[in-house]
Amino acid sequence: MRLTEDERAMLAGAAGEPRRWAIQHQIAVGEFFDAADLVPVSQAHIMADTESLGEAGIRFLESLAAAPETERRVRIPTLTDPRGLDFQTYKRLGQTDAMAALEGRTIAALKSFGVLMTDTCINYQTILPPTRGEHLAMGDTGVVIYSNSVFGARSNFEGGPSALAAALTGRTPRYGYHLDAHRRATRRFQLDVRLHDLSEWGALGGMIGRDCGSYWEVPLIEGIENAPGSDALKHFGAAMASYGSTALFHMPGITPEPIEFAGSVPDTVRIGRAELDAFVTAYGATGDKVDVVVFAAPHLSLVEMAAVADALAGRPVHPDTTLLVATSPEIKHAADRMGLTRRIEETGAIVAAGICFYQSYAGEMAEANGWKRLLSNSAKLVNIIGGYGYRPTLLSLERCVDSAVTGRVV
Amino acid sequence: MPTVLKCHPGIGPSVTGIALVAKDNFSARYDLDRKTGVFSRPTHALAGQSYAGKVLVLDQAKGGVATAWMLHEMKSRGLVPLALVFNRVNPILAQGAAFGSVTIVDRFTGDVTDLIQTGDELRIDPAAGVVEILNR
Repeated sequence: MRLTEDERAMLAGAAGEPRRWAIQHQIAVGEFFDAADLVPVSQAHIMADTESLGEAGIRFLESLAAAPETERRVRIPTLTDPRGLDFQTYKRLGQTDAMAALEGRTIAALKSFGVLMTDTCINYQTILPPTRGEHLAMGDTGVVIYSNSVFGARSNFEGGPSALAAALTGRTPRYGYHLDAHRRATRRFQLDVRLHDLSEWGALGGMIGRDCGSYWEVPLIEGIENAPGSDALKHFGAAMASYGSTALFHMPGITPEPIEFAGSVPDTVRIGRAELDAFVTAYGATGDKVDVVVFAAPHLSLVEMAAVADALAGRPVHPDTTLLVATSPEIKHAADRMGLTRRIEETGAIVAAGICFYQSYAGEMAEANGWKRLLSNSAKLVNIIGGYGYRPTLLSLERCVDSAVTGRVV
Repeated sequence: MPTVLKCHPGIGPSVTGIALVAKDNFSARYDLDRKTGVFSRPTHALAGQSYAGKVLVLDQAKGGVATAWMLHEMKSRGLVPLALVFNRVNPILAQGAAFGSVTIVDRFTGDVTDLIQTGDELRIDPAAGVVEILNR
């Protein structure tokens, strides 16, 4: 790879061990993907939940954090993805003091780099929305696909170590979605059905993602008459990235980039009501006892928080069912201020800030609470959570809430 | 003479080990019980099988970013695949392999899940971009 003078100095260790480690990691990844050079990035976003880090990852962070301040400070605004534990709610969720101790160590290490502890996967809605053409190092697949597709920004999936490396060097290897050549459509889908709610947008994203099945496929989706709005595109993109590892989609008239195909125009895959219903029905479990209802993954916007409060309408959650709502600390503060948190929690539901359920020791929570049947309106969560031993069902927000109240899948 | 497969240069040390092959994809978070070292996602083609010390031969990397930390954590406990041999990986798996010093290669001529069979003994040289099937 072509390196600047500054980059060569970092590699030689002149800027300290954290930046030497960072650029050496970036060169290894960049060479794997044939990057010609490194590109400056304007934001980094680090996924660093303690379940993924483990003791080994935390020790790694602590070892870098022990460097002198000038050597360890991040060079660009750096945000965090959801954490593993909310100190206000962890005991009610069956998480342990040992998990809380790991969380405390990780937060201390991240803060010593100068990272802003935003703890959210909807930073594009709540912190600093990207702009077109902006190069980024975003560390959450849902954030990447939304930033690339809806804003026309440029990021690859940057896992925790790579996002931290980008924060320390202020750049990232120039490959994948930083390059025009990778941003052209390779697949074509036609929507023949009008979607009703966020769970259906997630289902559509899941179907297209599963069909694409690769990070390197870029779907074009036609047949969407009206702009779906931010929360719908959030669920759509997050599910697509989850089911398919997809990082970019185009929607003519809605997303900003011109529609070009990478090669010859691909055949169109049509998706109608029957296909959509079949996808959702595969998770169906009408009549089953409900253990836990989760609204998370991605974090809820303020508008979704209000929708949960309205759907509950003061009805108590069934005593054998847990209803958990997870949002960002910023939105939690707003929901507190507007009385939404109170309206949700007075039904017995739990509002957590800065966690996102599946990266919060979901397996241990299932064991501690005896949870098996999980309901959500998030197709992304439904896709992920099976690996943790849950039996997931995808329903609309309103049906999830009705099920939480009756204790049975309705 | 071993069968020699060419691929794109990869990451990590040269290793020799036994292949575990499936026409399926991979995410450390979605698919594995990392405590016991087995594939846990019920719908995965390798559900119930141990991955520790094996050369995983699969189609694509999928899903979330957690794998980038997890390979390092899995390696610290000795419950990690010996190597990852895929048709095509995403950035997360490459980043995770680089961070955890786990051997990884991809981009073969032909479908690597057809070219290699479970039980084959493989020697992987990531720097050269070569995988040898020693028993055939």
